[in-house]
Amino acid sequence: MTNPVVQCSGIWKIFGNKAKQALHAIREQGLSKSDVLKQYGAVTAVADVSFSVREGEIFCIMGLSGSGKSTLIRHINRLVEPTDGEIIVAGRNVGALSNSQLRALRSTSVGMVFQNMALLPHRSVQDNVALSLELRGVGKAQRMDTAKEKLKLVGLEEWGTRFPDELSGGMKQRVGLARAMAADPEILLMDEPFSALDPLIRRQLQQQFLELSKVVRKTTVFITHDLDEAIRLGTHIAIMKDGRFVQVGTPEEIVTEPADEYVADFVKGISRLELVTARKIMRPIADCSTMAHHNGATVAATDKIGAVIELATHHSGDITVMDDNRPVGMISRRDLLLGIRG
Amino acid sequence: MNGCGLLNPFDCGKLPLASWVSEGLGWMVENYRPFFQTVKAPFDTVLQSLTNFMTTVPPTLVILVVMLLTWQLASWRLAAALVAILLFVGFIGVWPETMTTLSIVLTALIFSVAIGIPLGILSTRSELLYAILRPILDGMQTIPAFVYLVPVVMLFGIGNVPGVIVTVIFAVAPVIRLTYLGIRQVSEEVNEAMRAFGATDRQLLWKAQLPLALPTIMAGVNQTLMMSLSMVVIASMIAVGGLGQMVLRGIGRLDVGLASIGGLGIVALAIILDRITQALAQPRKRPGEIWEHGPAAALQHAIRLFRPSRVNARRLDRR
Repeated sequence: MTNPVVQCSGIWKIFGNKAKQALHAIREQGLSKSDVLKQYGAVTAVADVSFSVREGEIFCIMGLSGSGKSTLIRHINRLVEPTDGEIIVAGRNVGALSNSQLRALRSTSVGMVFQNMALLPHRSVQDNVALSLELRGVGKAQRMDTAKEKLKLVGLEEWGTRFPDELSGGMKQRVGLARAMAADPEILLMDEPFSALDPLIRRQLQQQFLELSKVVRKTTVFITHDLDEAIRLGTHIAIMKDGRFVQVGTPEEIVTEPADEYVADFVKGISRLELVTARKIMRPIADCSTMAHHNGATVAATDKIGAVIELATHHSGDITVMDDNRPVGMISRRDLLLGIRG
Repeated sequence: MNGCGLLNPFDCGKLPLASWVSEGLGWMVENYRPFFQTVKAPFDTVLQSLTNFMTTVPPTLVILVVMLLTWQLASWRLAAALVAILLFVGFIGVWPETMTTLSIVLTALIFSVAIGIPLGILSTRSELLYAILRPILDGMQTIPAFVYLVPVVMLFGIGNVPGVIVTVIFAVAPVIRLTYLGIRQVSEEVNEAMRAFGATDRQLLWKAQLPLALPTIMAGVNQTLMMSLSMVVIASMIAVGGLGQMVLRGIGRLDVGLASIGGLGIVALAIILDRITQALAQPRKRPGEIWEHGPAAALQHAIRLFRPSRVNARRLDRR
């Protein structure tokens, strides 16, 4: 197993002048969020969140507006100081870094993409992309080379000398992505990068991003308010509500085993076809005697329901689920329908 | 009759503020005059050299420079209009006075910008500084200029240099305010993005905030120039030369003609300075864009035309 690249433990963020006292009161007296607001005039944005992200993983944090997800992601490069808690990024304790060490971390190890792109309007696309390099004093020739290379990565190599206001929203965000990757950071922070785009462009960019991240294998923390997006992109998903993580798990776990009503409500509309595996819906078989009945239609245990349906349209009768060349379960028509319904 | 009582409290006594101010100023003049004379020195140097330059340069050259500058920054139409205005100023016989006034206004501008932009930047960094600065700026803009003419004369004497100082006091406020405003208007997202990619405070200022605030700052510079021009007539009361002096003399002698040509000179200067600074304040997309038209482009074009013809000539020679 690879080591966690980002590790957050016990993060609290309370906004207000009396944040420390408020935190103390929450811990000692168990005050609720609204009590804290009343008594200390302090807003609890993040409450005791811990998580770790492994190398190459896309960790999606999904929550509605006001759930504290944007505040949380800004702890990772210390744009926001935690009230309490520890953040380890690439083996370094972010809270203990000096100003110049922090700047070095930001310009070399952590790239960030913003919801509203936040490109500098007075600079050309290539100067925007090379920003982090320029800020740490890399020479112009090398900057332009890097900018060209990263723009090619996002399919905008022709647009280097244009200006941000000449680009469409989707193109701007691709520039934002190229900018975040310019320094070849180990970690990408993406704060609702595709939320401001229209649905079709959003789908395209999600697809592009998935393909890209297969190639570059960046550890990514991805914020979204769209569970569909989280499921499509995430290796792991954390559902956030009122500053806390309600559930953390793989997309399949979230969909098939929602931790509570809140999560279940979200999951309701999600299509399970490309998500739930055959193993999840099969009836396990203990002995190999049933083997004899199987009619040749087999699926792998890791295949998704969609593939099972595809098979079932061509074969009548039960389908055998194979794992390591051994049959491990059966799926009948009824099992299949139950699996689809969830 | 003593009306002192609950209903008429102001007859009971008086706060001698007026005499405090007089005594305070007297004390300052007595003890700190050398200090104020030293303050005067940089103003003096800049004003002297600028006046010398402006009054010795041939008028045709000035007109030519204004024309090229305006053409480059704005359009040839505006350039033609400004040339016409300058010719008019020359032919009504107020050219030397106009150049004197221009030097005073430009000196005031140089100092307003040198004081105002740093103060504006500093006040975006410190709310306390801005809280202190704001009432002072309000005061400087609203106190009638006549009120501080007297202390300025007592501390700095009379003449063009104190005139510049009075003008700076009167006109520095817009640069400070609009620098502050311009930097404040830079969106939080841009600031955050700069910081997220590892910018220092200085890089944030020079690479994002100042370039984005530049049109607003230039609007402040424009305001400062206009206020300086309106101060020119008032400042002529402390023996500041130039167009203001003409207006003042005209009023004193009931010479409407003299006052009018002085006034027209000021209007002409106002139009010229306003149009040029407004053209400068125009937000521009790319740094090089400004050179892509106007006389600079024409010159480049001419050079390009000239070069290939030489290459061709050489080719012909070889044949």
